[in-house]
Amino acid sequence: MRRHRKALLNAATHLVLIVTLIAVAFPVYYAIVMGTHTHRDAYAFPPILIPGDQLWQNMLVAWERINLGRLAFNSLFIAIAVSVGKIVLSIMAAFAFTHFKFRGSWLLFPLTMITQMLPLPVRILPAFYLMASFGWLNTYWALTIPYLASTTGIILFRQFFLTVPDELSDAARVDGATPLQYLWNILIPLSLTNIAALFVIEFVYIWNEYLWPLVVTTQADMRVAQIGLRMLYTSERAAAEWNIVMAGLFMIMLPPLVVLILLRKQFAQGIAMQSTK
Amino acid sequence: MNRFPGHNILPYALIFPTVTVIAVFLVVPFVQAIHMSFFRVSPFGRVRVYTGLRNYAELLRSPEYLQSFLNTMLFCAIVIGVGLGIALFIAVLATQKIRGAAFYQVAFIWTYAMSPAIAGVIWALMFDPSVGIFTALLETMTGFRLNFTTDAVGAFLLVTIASIWIMLGYNICFYIAGLQNVPNELKEAALVDGAGPWKAFWIITFPMLSPTTAFLIFVNTLYAFFMVFGMLDVVTQGGPGQATEFLVYKIYRDGFARLREGQAAAQSVFLFLMVASIAGFQIWTSTRRAVYSR
Repeated sequence: MRRHRKALLNAATHLVLIVTLIAVAFPVYYAIVMGTHTHRDAYAFPPILIPGDQLWQNMLVAWERINLGRLAFNSLFIAIAVSVGKIVLSIMAAFAFTHFKFRGSWLLFPLTMITQMLPLPVRILPAFYLMASFGWLNTYWALTIPYLASTTGIILFRQFFLTVPDELSDAARVDGATPLQYLWNILIPLSLTNIAALFVIEFVYIWNEYLWPLVVTTQADMRVAQIGLRMLYTSERAAAEWNIVMAGLFMIMLPPLVVLILLRKQFAQGIAMQSTK
Repeated sequence: MNRFPGHNILPYALIFPTVTVIAVFLVVPFVQAIHMSFFRVSPFGRVRVYTGLRNYAELLRSPEYLQSFLNTMLFCAIVIGVGLGIALFIAVLATQKIRGAAFYQVAFIWTYAMSPAIAGVIWALMFDPSVGIFTALLETMTGFRLNFTTDAVGAFLLVTIASIWIMLGYNICFYIAGLQNVPNELKEAALVDGAGPWKAFWIITFPMLSPTTAFLIFVNTLYAFFMVFGMLDVVTQGGPGQATEFLVYKIYRDGFARLREGQAAAQSVFLFLMVASIAGFQIWTSTRRAVYSR
């Protein structure tokens, strides 16, 4: 009797989870299906929920219309540049905060407070003028360097460095290794999971950024993919072409999704680490 | 702590780049924003006039600003209340001892990779007045024809649903990680003591999750206040009327489109006060967490 009830309860749990999963995934599915149809099928009633064969053609039209090649290159470039830059700076700072006793070590807490309390909108106008005075508007400098002002990565690496046993650095020191040799040869090879986790977090974040790229770029060839989506969507409002918009959206949402799915285990571990800090 | 004695300059060199970028790109512009909020710039003449607190006073008396503030708070409250409720429910189910639990634990992550702009356009399709499935369902069920381009409630609903949807993956991930940190012995002890699973959840699991909940409230607030911008700019442009002109969108509009710099700077300072109090709350709860940690 008890076993019966348990089995029933399990089945109900599965059912609820699967229904929720379908409900969450359906809008994306419908959007992509929309991108695979001709204009007429896309607007058919009742709606056609089976994929058609026009995805490639629609993607080409969308690609040409907003010059997506250039926009996607910009997004890819800044996402990789910021991810790598932040990984390097975070490892450096986390190493300093965990392996040395120095007068600057109290800075970590105030720096974290500052980065949490000063998101872009509370300083957007002066930040824009600062870029203008550097001559950085419409350059990759403005799209990358300001993003390095963060402590997320430092905290992630600090968390991990604190778990590395003292014996390792003692042994390295006895063997005559300099701190940087120890960092490069011992600590970094041990940190690959954290590096991958931070890479996912930063890549997804930068690829999806909108407000700052909107403000610091005006030239068409310096825009990013997210702003391309607005150009596509606004064209839909005029011409009513959901199939083209969705074929473009499909391409724009793919890169961060692929990165996340490939590195999901590292990402989940990174999240578990963040949540137990 | 000091594993490499005798290296006195190295640690400063290691933190120098991070400290510099934070000072140059965060602290300096914020101080300038405070400064700007006391001035008024004429739209054409580029003349700066010191006006004291007038920008703040005007802001506090402005019905548009009050409306924008109230809309943002309502939006934020729904995103947190409904979004975290759903996420916790799914996370509890996905951490039960069932077959395939590991699958469910990763199956929801992917919404994390969607940008607010992408989510907005996907839900604009669901809400589309002519081909939207959501609007069609709503019409057959209630007879109500929703048009989010002309209907304030419709636009607000679109943005809210898309936002709850986009944050779901992240929220579920953190709740799953939090639930896996709750020691099983405690739950079992409560069950042995005669509490039902429902009661055991509310007296043991939920309080143990409070650091996670506090953290997620903070992250979702940041989303609702700032990150949502892309969705607003692509799909609603703050409209119809003022329905989705949330605080972040209003700053952008006033600062860049309407050329009201001083006003926008004053809004920035108000926004800072709100974020600072929420961040302070988050830090306060996360230091109280020491009570629970082993």
